[in-house]
Amino acid sequence: MATGFHIVVCGSLVPDPLQTLEPVETPSGPGLKNEMMLPSVLDPWAAHALYEAAHLAGSTSDSKVWLVSLGPKARLQQLMMNIAQKVPFELVALDGPAGGFTDAYEVAAALAGAIEKIDGLDRSRLLLFGGRSSASRDAGVTMQMVGERLGITDQFLAVDKLTVQDDGSLRVLERIEGGMYLASGCEGPPAVCAWSTGELPEPPNNPQVGMQNMRTIMPALQQAQPAAVGAEGLDFQKVEVPQQRRDTKIVKDVPAEEIAREIVEWLRS
Amino acid sequence: MEKILFLAHTDTAGALPKVALEVLGGAMETAKSLGGAPLTVGLLGGDLKAAADSVAGCGAESFLAVSGDEFTVSRYATDAAAAEALVRKSDATLVVVPATSRFSRAIPGVAQRVEGRVDTHVTGIEIEAGSPQIERWYYRQRMVAKLAREGRPWFMLVDSGVFDAVDCLAGSAALENVAVEMPATRTQVLGEEAATAEAQTIRPEAELLFVAGAGWTKKQADGQSHLPEAEQLILDFLRGSLASLGSSKSLVDQSGEGQEVLSFMSHMNQVGQTGSTPRHPKGLATCCHGEEPHVVGWRFIKERRAVNLDPGCGWAQGKADVLYVADAFEVMAKVNELLGK
Ligand SMILES: Cc1cc2nc3c(=O)[nH]c(=O)nc-3n(C[C@H](O)[C@H](O)[C@H](O)COP(=O)(O)OP(=O)(O)OC[C@H]3O[C@@H](n4cnc5c(N)ncnc54)[C@H](O)[C@@H]3O)c2cc1C
Repeated sequence: MATGFHIVVCGSLVPDPLQTLEPVETPSGPGLKNEMMLPSVLDPWAAHALYEAAHLAGSTSDSKVWLVSLGPKARLQQLMMNIAQKVPFELVALDGPAGGFTDAYEVAAALAGAIEKIDGLDRSRLLLFGGRSSASRDAGVTMQMVGERLGITDQFLAVDKLTVQDDGSLRVLERIEGGMYLASGCEGPPAVCAWSTGELPEPPNNPQVGMQNMRTIMPALQQAQPAAVGAEGLDFQKVEVPQQRRDTKIVKDVPAEEIAREIVEWLRS
Repeated sequence: MEKILFLAHTDTAGALPKVALEVLGGAMETAKSLGGAPLTVGLLGGDLKAAADSVAGCGAESFLAVSGDEFTVSRYATDAAAAEALVRKSDATLVVVPATSRFSRAIPGVAQRVEGRVDTHVTGIEIEAGSPQIERWYYRQRMVAKLAREGRPWFMLVDSGVFDAVDCLAGSAALENVAVEMPATRTQVLGEEAATAEAQTIRPEAELLFVAGAGWTKKQADGQSHLPEAEQLILDFLRGSLASLGSSKSLVDQSGEGQEVLSFMSHMNQVGQTGSTPRHPKGLATCCHGEEPHVVGWRFIKERRAVNLDPGCGWAQGKADVLYVADAFEVMAKVNELLGK
């Protein structure tokens, strides 16, 4: 009997956080200025999910990782150049918008539809991974909705640690309020884990892994199905970058003691 | 006419958490601005009588409850089943929910079940021309949007610090129990654990957010790093000021890279793009150079000051109210001395 995990990671691209972002009106609603040209990265929390998935698959025999990405095909291809060498996975690509202003409800429908069609995926062994929220929409709702659509009702949000116990059950730590973790035990897959930072650093590039991944990445990109996700029924009245530049007072060449006194006064005020 | 359901769960003591009292205030305001839209309170937890009584005077037409031992703990399957039952029973078009970790996990799935739509991190609710619209941020606090939706029920998970907490509403509420079909529970809640074995440094209610940057671990003027001293200064300050400790990404990442780090620091402390965006009235950044992904973590910090050796510090310029160009080791040692007096 097969015992390994079938791990599906949902994750797509977001603009590199170091880029300046400016909202613009487009015929299909708000978007970003020069959106198609912005350098992008794999959404940070989804990236942690991918590294955790690969680590878990690597330490549990007969496991496999898929990465399901919804984004503009050409930009997904660029993204793959950055991440293909990180960890082994099979790409499932959906060709559609990856910006923050689409509705999670529609995105979840597209992702769940794509997961249902994955050839050879054993849903009884499924661990559905993703980030706790995206760096674009930052909603933290997509994974739960995909989970519901796939009928998975053991779900965890803001996970930092997942341990497979000797009896095959899962021990999960989720971030909750006040810097605490909630520990839960789950009988096993299927389950949804939306990851926080996890515990693994970004893996170094491995050209061999890259070559192996590329064999499935190129066909997946060629076969990427168009996904017409938008924001039906959502009416954005206004999107803007708040222009609050503070008038910073610079205090220089003042003894530490005087600065300390000023800080303490301010703290007590 | 909109119908509003305010949902809340109780805390371990059986009371409503502070954020629930705040968001109830928001729900009441919204009901009023909609010209007296009917408001229902839906509660889930163990024994809910005390919690319902504590807000009996909120003007709700009814108090619905899903109670029982299974609902005292934070678990997706039971929380989603309970919330779904409350939403269906109430027939609400707007479901206003405090963004606790428990509801942030369960409510999106409930929205899916009832074919509703959901928005999280809501930072404002307004009524424009008779219909509700919300404010929320996109791209991790980079840009702010106002939006309305056609889809109903519309679930709004409202962040803490947006509305003032209600009080003086105590009385006697008539609770109506709502039956729930118990879902299979393959998950057992084991309990809460601290993120580090060291001192608890994250205090959401603190007056001050103290952010330590990677500079604390860098080589100083004498060519050496001074980690034990940095640790002591920071811990003494946290003790003296009761501040909450935040960190830049660079500093918490160092542990993953095997470098020496501050032992009480974990990823939980990180503020910014891939960390948290806490709300505190004041913030003091020390040894942070930072960039936009760092600064977004300060979006909801009102008064901001920084200590950095570099007068060109990209973090402070235009973003802090005051930048002290000074050695944080010296300044914080003096601050601790003064706080100890
Ligand atoms: C995908 C992605 C996500 C990111 N997410 C985040 C995030 O969530 N949070 C975040 O913080 N950043 C984030 N960043 C930004 C990035 O990691 C920043 O470069 C980092 O935050 C800067 O950290 P720092 O200010 O601690 O360190 P540094 O840039 O190393 O700055 C150290 C500072 O300490 C000062 N210093 C040294 N000694 C002293 C002394 N004795 N007294 C006073 N000052 C001193 C120096 O002048 C310097 O300015 C992200 C970046 C990317 C690409």
